[in-house]
Amino acid sequence: MNLSRRWLEALVGRSLDAGEVAALLTARCCPVEGVERLHADLDGVLVGRVLEVRRHPNADRLSLCLVDAGGAGGGGPLEVVCGAPNVTAGKTYPFAPVGTVLPDGTKLERRKIRGVESNGMLCSARELGLGQDADGILEIDTSAAPGTRLLEALPIADERIALEVYANRPDLLGHKGVARELAAALGATVKLPAFPGTDRPSALPPIRRSDRAGVVDGVEVRLEDPEGAPRYLIAVVRGVRVGPSPAWLADRLTAVGQRPINNIVDATNYILFELNQPMHAFDLARLRGPAIVVRRAKAGERMVTLDGVTRTLTPEMTAICDAERPTIVAGVMGSAESEVTATTTDLVLECAYFQPTRIRRTRRALALTSESSYRYERGVDIQALPDALRRALDLIQSVAGGSVREGPIDLWPSPEQPRAVFLRPDRVTRLLGVEFKRHDLERLLSSVGFVVAPKDERLGVQVPGWRPDVAREVDLIEEVARLSSYDAFPDELRPYRPGTVPDAVSEQVLTRLRAALAQAGLLECRSTPLGPADAPDAVPLRNPLSTEESHLRSRLIPQLVARVEYNWSVRERDVRLFEVGTVFHAADGGRPDEHLSVAGILTGARRPLHWTEAAKVPDMDIWDLKQHFELAASVAAPGARVVPGDSADVWRATAPDGRVVGRAGRLEADAPKWAGAVLGFEVEIDVRSERRLTFTPLPEQPAMVQDLSLVLPGGVTAEQVEAVLRREARPLLERVQVLDEYRGPNVPAGTRGVTWRCVFRDAARTLRDREVDDVIRRSLAALEGELGVRRRTG
Amino acid sequence: MRDLLARLDGLRERLREVPQADEHRLQDLRAEILGRKNGALTDIIRSLPQLDAESRKAVGGPANTLKRDWEAALDARAAELGRAASVLQDIDPTMPGRPAWRGGLHLVTQVMDEICDIFHELGFTRAVGPEIETERNNFYALNFPKDHPALDSQDSFYVSGDLLLRTHTSPVQIRTLEAYRPPIRVVIPGRVYRRDPFDASHASVFEQIEGLAVDEGISFVDLKATLSHFARKFFAADTAVRFHPSFFPFTEPSADMSVRCTVCGGRGCATCKQSGWMEILGSGMVHPAVLENCGVDSERYTGFAFGMGPQRIAMLRYGIPDIRLFYSGDVRFLSQFAGGVR
Repeated sequence: MNLSRRWLEALVGRSLDAGEVAALLTARCCPVEGVERLHADLDGVLVGRVLEVRRHPNADRLSLCLVDAGGAGGGGPLEVVCGAPNVTAGKTYPFAPVGTVLPDGTKLERRKIRGVESNGMLCSARELGLGQDADGILEIDTSAAPGTRLLEALPIADERIALEVYANRPDLLGHKGVARELAAALGATVKLPAFPGTDRPSALPPIRRSDRAGVVDGVEVRLEDPEGAPRYLIAVVRGVRVGPSPAWLADRLTAVGQRPINNIVDATNYILFELNQPMHAFDLARLRGPAIVVRRAKAGERMVTLDGVTRTLTPEMTAICDAERPTIVAGVMGSAESEVTATTTDLVLECAYFQPTRIRRTRRALALTSESSYRYERGVDIQALPDALRRALDLIQSVAGGSVREGPIDLWPSPEQPRAVFLRPDRVTRLLGVEFKRHDLERLLSSVGFVVAPKDERLGVQVPGWRPDVAREVDLIEEVARLSSYDAFPDELRPYRPGTVPDAVSEQVLTRLRAALAQAGLLECRSTPLGPADAPDAVPLRNPLSTEESHLRSRLIPQLVARVEYNWSVRERDVRLFEVGTVFHAADGGRPDEHLSVAGILTGARRPLHWTEAAKVPDMDIWDLKQHFELAASVAAPGARVVPGDSADVWRATAPDGRVVGRAGRLEADAPKWAGAVLGFEVEIDVRSERRLTFTPLPEQPAMVQDLSLVLPGGVTAEQVEAVLRREARPLLERVQVLDEYRGPNVPAGTRGVTWRCVFRDAARTLRDREVDDVIRRSLAALEGELGVRRRTG
Repeated sequence: MRDLLARLDGLRERLREVPQADEHRLQDLRAEILGRKNGALTDIIRSLPQLDAESRKAVGGPANTLKRDWEAALDARAAELGRAASVLQDIDPTMPGRPAWRGGLHLVTQVMDEICDIFHELGFTRAVGPEIETERNNFYALNFPKDHPALDSQDSFYVSGDLLLRTHTSPVQIRTLEAYRPPIRVVIPGRVYRRDPFDASHASVFEQIEGLAVDEGISFVDLKATLSHFARKFFAADTAVRFHPSFFPFTEPSADMSVRCTVCGGRGCATCKQSGWMEILGSGMVHPAVLENCGVDSERYTGFAFGMGPQRIAMLRYGIPDIRLFYSGDVRFLSQFAGGVR
């Protein structure tokens, strides 16, 4: 909502500082997003009085003026060439001296025009951005001395204050509502200023209340949809003269960013921005009947709205119709056909309250938002409609003439009384934490229009019609808090009781997982969970923004591959990333399954280059992958085993129940020539896993270490060999570790040599060589018998 | 005595010879000045006991000071020569050490952890909830009226039926209030979705941290105190904090909290849009309707809730110009906050 500082001043009857207004509104109501000084580009323009007008010696249509600019440009009167037909000696005009930058960006130079030097320029309204008039220079009526800054001489200096109005404060969508808040803060009162020419008491015939139907000055009005339009007022004005608005009205609208159109449209817009009450004026001559019927639209009914678009209506919408067809989508936009034009003489003026949710659904269905729909949707003051209509009629008569021959009609089949809410002072104190006395509450609430009366221990508070948001006690407590200023409340910590909610286990697991992978040298990445379908059971969005982001991810790995490709594009070859996050799968019966997952991706050098290693550092390979996969699986899915996979996955992680919970392998990517292999893994996170740490006593007896070089026939795995070793050498074998693998001519074809380091220990006493030899002999026998594995000789 | 002092002056003069000395000369100097047998300075110090008390005092102090200075100068030169020798013969200790890859947590994770940890000190535990939510939990139990303009800022992605991607972490308030009895003190970190196209300051997916405290006797003062404490912990102990009215359907009264702009100190700059203040979070007293919707007695219990965007806070704190950097996975960005070799 754009506010004009000058407009607010007219309502509170005192001068205001825009910065102070912004601070007050932010502290008490809604935040001000910015303050813009209007006409700041006219700073250099002065008041100039033309002393003498002569013919230009070399041009018929130019004149040579002697301008008194109060000494600007060095001393006495200045010679200025002027092309305007209306320049007259003795009159006053805006004068731009040499060096001024005009609103269109041109900088005035001293230059010769047809051989005569011109020391500045007398300006038209258009050149100053003060209107469309470019036919002549702008004559100004001012008592200010020549040389005065134009902004001080004319009532146009203003600031535009941009207020971010919350959805619950429709009253702040009009200057009057904002003025009410300012007046409460500043101790002023709000009074609507009279319009020029209407300072005498209005001769408006009284407004007549009726139920659902009536006749105004020959126009039949029928309210058939009181649900959509609970209150509906119509006035008829005859004999208006449609034309441009007077300057004061055009200025008001321009100041809030509205383009003036004609005096009728401008008058209704003025009421909208002053009182937050949309008004709709339409041409009586175009009205068939003449009748106005407020009804639900019929399915498929069509009309062309003001913006030239054909709209198809539905029975969910309220339509304002004449005897035959819709002329207005109620509360949203009128038809091009019934619009007020230059030839309009008789007007129908609508002032209504439309059901907010009906308006919201209508404007969403039509994808058509207007200043009116924006306000109806938030709720206008249903009690204030007659006042708004009277003020609108005053304004129309002031700017466009015309007369109201018969009292307007006010259809309100189920009148509502202003809402009453009770307030308990002790509840205020309890909720706000600071004691409030009854008279404090009365003073604060009545300052912004609540009517307060004591009622037992409570206060009976009557809510004004412009505050549809205040429906229960707590809403009044918010009023008390904001009107006494949030800054006034203390902020010292007070004792509290510990809560009953335990820390979420999943958060603990994620924290451990992140720490482990970061420690292993991976950088955490956060990519977006929206993308194209990445699996047959990917969950589609019903209303995606684009096809690239049409599904929820079912895996993390594809996005990590994309991140690696991005890094390649910025010439980064060594990339190690991980991500933890939610993945989604379609599930039978509606609600998709969602669970946490962790993934990692590795490519490029195994470690940073160091000068001690003359050769290139080797790239990450599948053994680096296995290391990180096992690390992630051990934290994310405790109890899961890493086992060989098929050709697509080099490894898998299987849960104790046999379910595959993780995969690791080489990945396809759109790689440049210089890139390394891309390796990745992903593990489903078991959020139930509690970390159980156990202590093993440190050994007190020495260990014996033996290296075993074995020959493994094809098809025998290291895992099988270790299983036999562990079984046979139990309980003395403490640890086995692969030291080396050999494939080559020194072992029989089809076999390989693998060396294990075995560590033996007895917890109770020192081992003897013979005991270890026995164990090894037994193990070798078993290995040979079961797997055909023999000790390597030579 | 005067003679002794003159000799001391002479010996001090000779300190100048030390920096030029090579290894041999250094040994000679040490013997000549500090030598146990005939060292010039040793002799002077040895003669002190024979002097009268006044002279002993006048000579003893400077003599011992000079001895320390000689020792220091000789040692320093020896160390210098030793280093130079080792460079030539053995290693150059200025060569870089062996590097290792340094991993690290995403900046957003770090900021979220930092925020949650501050609240943890005040007794807030971490709670979580699903990202796919019902309309009831995401809107209506939170007191959003149907067909109300308050829904405009919550444009949502729908999955199916009345299931949508949560637009805020607030539905976890509902889940927590329904599952636990007061006193409740939780922070709720999580990912949320808005149907907004990506640009420099908007993402369709971002993180939030929600907070909820419900118990008997919790007041607006507790809200202000808790959140001001957070701001002063997170930013700086002398951070100026400001609260002003706001609107959320699920809180009443509602308040936005701003802190004095950390970039310009309040003078006005591009970061704070010339206002001198940075908006950090939204908050308010839990609306009684929310408590009632969850079966909590709203006369007996009161509470406050708050929500903030860690991405936004990280952007303000670290001057990050574009929210898309957080999602880029660019290792040059990520490693800046991992603090190490990449």
